[in-house]
Amino acid sequence: MEITSTLFTAKAIYVGAIFAVTLGVATYSTYFERIVAAFMQDRVGPDRAGPFGIFQPLADAVKMFMKEDFIPAQSDKWLFIAGPCLSMLTALMTSAVVPFGDTLDLGNGLMLDLQGIDVNIGILWVFGIVSLGVYGVLIGGWASNNKFALIGAIRAASQNISYELAMGLSIIAILMLSGSLSTKNIVEVQQNGHWNILYQPLGFVIFIVCAFAECNRTPFDLPECETELIGGYHTEYSSMKLGFYLFSEYINMFISGAVMATLYFGGYDYPGHDFIVGKFGNNIAVLLGVGAVIGKALVFVFIFMWVRWTIPRFRYDQLMGLGWTGLIPLAMFNVVLTGAVMLFTVNEGGSNWITVAGSWAGVAIMLVFMAFYSQAQYKKKKLATA
Amino acid sequence: MNFWYFLTALTLLSALMVVLSKNPIHSVLYLVFTFFCISGHYVLLNAQFLMVVNIVVYAGAIMVLFLFVIMMMDLSKNMPDSKTTITKLAGAVLGGTLLIIVVAATRKMDLREVVSPQTFSSQTGMVEGLGKILYRDYVLPFELISVLFFVAMVGAVMLGKREAGERNF
Repeated sequence: MEITSTLFTAKAIYVGAIFAVTLGVATYSTYFERIVAAFMQDRVGPDRAGPFGIFQPLADAVKMFMKEDFIPAQSDKWLFIAGPCLSMLTALMTSAVVPFGDTLDLGNGLMLDLQGIDVNIGILWVFGIVSLGVYGVLIGGWASNNKFALIGAIRAASQNISYELAMGLSIIAILMLSGSLSTKNIVEVQQNGHWNILYQPLGFVIFIVCAFAECNRTPFDLPECETELIGGYHTEYSSMKLGFYLFSEYINMFISGAVMATLYFGGYDYPGHDFIVGKFGNNIAVLLGVGAVIGKALVFVFIFMWVRWTIPRFRYDQLMGLGWTGLIPLAMFNVVLTGAVMLFTVNEGGSNWITVAGSWAGVAIMLVFMAFYSQAQYKKKKLATA
Repeated sequence: MNFWYFLTALTLLSALMVVLSKNPIHSVLYLVFTFFCISGHYVLLNAQFLMVVNIVVYAGAIMVLFLFVIMMMDLSKNMPDSKTTITKLAGAVLGGTLLIIVVAATRKMDLREVVSPQTFSSQTGMVEGLGKILYRDYVLPFELISVLFFVAMVGAVMLGKREAGERNF
């Protein structure tokens, strides 16, 4: 009983810490979003609240809380309140299965797994929660009783469903390589530099594009497209309800960065792990691994911002065309390519480098083929019009 | 066991609310909640894979499409009662048949035969066990179902596709 209760306390502290880190990163993402935007547009950015404006998120939070909390008269009141709550809930639930670190030795034979729950369906859990993420937007947009909000909600729904398919297919290739649905196993397979990005260059590109679409980030932020829909699904929202919607977007960015680090970039693996274990002991190495996951996730958060201030928004038919006729066939090709490469190398006991070379060669051949094909199509069209 | 009773009561309550609530959107949301309760039952039965697939497929995809379609409809317009006596009768017959099938299947089950802890495998409902059974013992039905799915997909595309100049059904 003693051991269970100590382990329980340790796990509770771990969960609380991950929750705090997630919220803290999301808070300061809003600040760095503006800093990055200011840097890219050659402006100064927020510099009023505190030194370098680092208290800007606090000022924003106070402003959000002080605003009038308005609920439209003709809206469905309970669903209007439930919308932002659901958004926050689904944004925070994904981190339960992300392994933020290896096992920590607490002394007295206590081993703390630095992962919320190690279920053997971890990656499907992520997939399930991502597919539920659209409910917050959908319910909020409908409950507002506003045409623009409704169009935003419907766009969000169709966009999420379209990009989920390609995302699922790109995950299947990862499952084929690691042979397990557990996120912990997927990370363990990638230890010592065998990161999945080496075997799955195409899968990673598909996954990151789908992650942009699932987070409703530019260039896929059609649900809140200001030029067409005022504010999209959150047109009618004000005060902290709007804050929850915006905040859940930043949480989603961080968590999807952590998921990408887990699936493609070795999770808590980092170069020089064995050296640290030999010199400072296991626990320091494990804590550095936690830092590695968070650092990789932050790099992805930066990429999200970088893309947002670089690429303009797609048109809606372009978005759907990319999802259905671009990414899904590519993801299917990726599954076939992964299967072929595994068949010819892994099962025959060949070296890992052959697998890596095979994966990249397949992608290169596909690109060359696509280039020739589109050239031929272009010439045919030109002949037809001339 | 107490949790099972709580979960079952919640499931039945939300399933009733699906039928009883006036607003179709509320119905769909109650249905989503019912699926979550059923997923909870799967967890209690040690079937994690079924639980998560239930959430991904039903709550995550099909119900989103339901909501999508219902939101497009004008709910403020009072629709005339389209349920004639024949549709009501047909519904009653279909529901009754389903009930009889379920009751008959339950009666055949022998609940007295308790699984002994010695022979019980904790990996029964896990994805590895399920995959082995599906691909070893039931591979032909499994593949036939996938063919059926493919046919359904092609049919849906055929119905949804509009040729140039063709009347839209």
